[in-house]
Amino acid sequence: MTTIDTSPPATTPVSAEMAPSDPTPTALTAVGAWVTSSDHKRIGRLWIGGGLLGTVAAAANGAVIGLERIYSGVGTMVVPSAAVPQFIQSFRFLMILAAVLPLLIGLALAVVPLQLGARAAAFPRLALGGFWAWAVGVVMLMVALFNGGRIGGADTDMVGLHLLAHAMIAMGVLAAAASIATSVLTTRAPGMTMRRVPMFAWSALVASLGLIVALPVMIGAVIYLFIDVRYGIGTFGGSEGIGNWIGWAFGQPLTFLFALPALGVFAELVPVTFRTRQALRGVVYAGLGLVGIAALAGVTQQSIFSVLLAPEEGSAGTAEVANELIPFAIFNLLPILGAVIVLALGALTAKPTKGVSTSPKITAAFLFSFFGLGMVLVGMLGNAVHAIEDLGLRGTVFEEGALVYVVYGGVLGALGGIAHWAPKLWGRKMPEKKIIPLALTGVLGTILASLPLYAAGFSDQPAGQVMISLSSAESALNTAVLAGHALMLLTVLAFVALALSTFTGDGVPAGDDPWEAHTIEWSTSSPAPGNNFPAVAMITSAEPMLDLQAATNGSPS
Amino acid sequence: MTLALPAAPAPPVRRQILVATSLGCMAGTMLIGGMLGIWMTLRGRVVDGGDRFPENYTIAEVASNVMLMTIGALLVFVQWAVYSAKRGDRVNFGIAQAVTVILGVAFINAQAFVYTQMGMPIAEGAYAGLFYAITGTIIALVVVGIVFSSVAAFRYLGGRTFDTELVSASALYWYFLAVAFAAVWFFVYVTK
Repeated sequence: MTTIDTSPPATTPVSAEMAPSDPTPTALTAVGAWVTSSDHKRIGRLWIGGGLLGTVAAAANGAVIGLERIYSGVGTMVVPSAAVPQFIQSFRFLMILAAVLPLLIGLALAVVPLQLGARAAAFPRLALGGFWAWAVGVVMLMVALFNGGRIGGADTDMVGLHLLAHAMIAMGVLAAAASIATSVLTTRAPGMTMRRVPMFAWSALVASLGLIVALPVMIGAVIYLFIDVRYGIGTFGGSEGIGNWIGWAFGQPLTFLFALPALGVFAELVPVTFRTRQALRGVVYAGLGLVGIAALAGVTQQSIFSVLLAPEEGSAGTAEVANELIPFAIFNLLPILGAVIVLALGALTAKPTKGVSTSPKITAAFLFSFFGLGMVLVGMLGNAVHAIEDLGLRGTVFEEGALVYVVYGGVLGALGGIAHWAPKLWGRKMPEKKIIPLALTGVLGTILASLPLYAAGFSDQPAGQVMISLSSAESALNTAVLAGHALMLLTVLAFVALALSTFTGDGVPAGDDPWEAHTIEWSTSSPAPGNNFPAVAMITSAEPMLDLQAATNGSPS
Repeated sequence: MTLALPAAPAPPVRRQILVATSLGCMAGTMLIGGMLGIWMTLRGRVVDGGDRFPENYTIAEVASNVMLMTIGALLVFVQWAVYSAKRGDRVNFGIAQAVTVILGVAFINAQAFVYTQMGMPIAEGAYAGLFYAITGTIIALVVVGIVFSSVAAFRYLGGRTFDTELVSASALYWYFLAVAFAAVWFFVYVTK
């Protein structure tokens, strides 16, 4: 059923936070309005803020690990040697749980209801509660990790806190995912059938449904683990067993699902950038859906595959090889196919049409999203290569390279989305000339932070260790990784500074549709008002604003 | 310049609570399904090692069967509540929801009886940990159902008689819970 949120009415302010009775709100009331808001745009920005903070922390953590790896002397350089395992584990958790996931969830919460023509998100307080559960969970996780509660840690109380933190984070993310999925399924404007849903909203729906399917399985395992650790039973291997039982949630291919909305940002921006209609729209939906298949790896709790290209005689039967190959192909190769489809149809859409002369309008947002998709795709390919047992990459830093590619790719996509929808979120465009270089430094940082890990993986550099003897070539690779994380850190910090400067009033106010975009959110004012749209609109195509521009200008697009 | 899209007629009734409850049920299914998957994996290891699962304890099977019957009977009452709510029959709705909540509490009571009869410390071993984890999760889900039904009852009896979606959503949740418990009953209490 195509429905739209009808409350609050268009003629009256939504709530006190949107039309405060006190004309001079104090700092306390302003903070109160933020922390208790039911406006999906504010809630989305809270998630985005948390995600940016998490990305900065993750990049800094990655830089610390990189620094330790290149220090070939006795002991460690900047952190005590006993703390190294904590840093290695916190890097993975920060990258996934505190960076890419909240950034893309926040972007979806802020933008998707606008794209649907809805006056509000479904269950905004659920999404807000999810944010606080996530934020508290991340803090708890870090406290536990650095106080003896890491995987393999000896402090039972802290390991218990670690597990509780995972459950809290998962429930927070689930709450936000439920809000996003319900919004897409129930709050679409009249006439917006599922085939007319914007690409980003579709990718957010697929990712949300994937999270709703995969994360409860992790919560179930966490419940078992908690009892196992708390009462010293040992069935699951105690604190050492945490990685074995829930490690699939913090690696590929499940990370493809977390980064999926970044692909949606790219699919959304291609037709806008090249000023044309999306080619084969249904196939792009299918491509994004194929990436969502990665959720099945979570459902089946499988993340490690051993694919033999040339099995030794008598080592494994055909049936055994097929048993490994089929799930590997479903969980790893189908998502790659999905990303390739999105990229290929983007190229097809960008291809000039005979007789129609439209010049593309390359924006910083498009560059971010294009690089983001590229990085995610390279990470996906790396993960597929990692599973080939003949290459001997298991247990090396190669897997970390794939993780960094996917996560930083997702972050770049999210930054592109923030730059694109900034006019709707706070009324001003981010300065194009200043953020285009950031897209370039971002992709360079990503490549430097991950590609050398691929090379180091082939030279058998072990994962999870820093105090290793390295050759000069290997040291150079690790130096590049350090530089990559540092560059990514600076990129994100500079992006945040620019975003804050425009958020606090610098720059020229954006018009309602500064990009000549295609979807309904560009029909409302910038920034979008509390109830998003002054009146309910009828949607008659997948690109209503493009139709309107064509009708107004008389162009035949 | 703002380009204006054509105005739409008043949108039809939305079913957000029902859709969200469906998603919640989907998540709950994955939770219990995942836990049963781990249960069966570990059970397989114990049985392959030549041991019995549970090792030294006997489950109070009568009580566990009564739990299944309780949750089956509960479905009759939630459906009665939905039927009454849609007909605007507050008296029958109130009775049906009250019985639903009472049966939910009775279910928890039966589970507590099972625990008491078994007398198994949680730290006893592999089986104890698994058993308390999965049955405890079911209890938590039943508590959620009781709260859900209570909220639906208070809202409806408090005057929101036009809003039967929450009542239907709570019924959907109980249907999910009945299926989830039936699976747990079969794998944990019957095949062990």
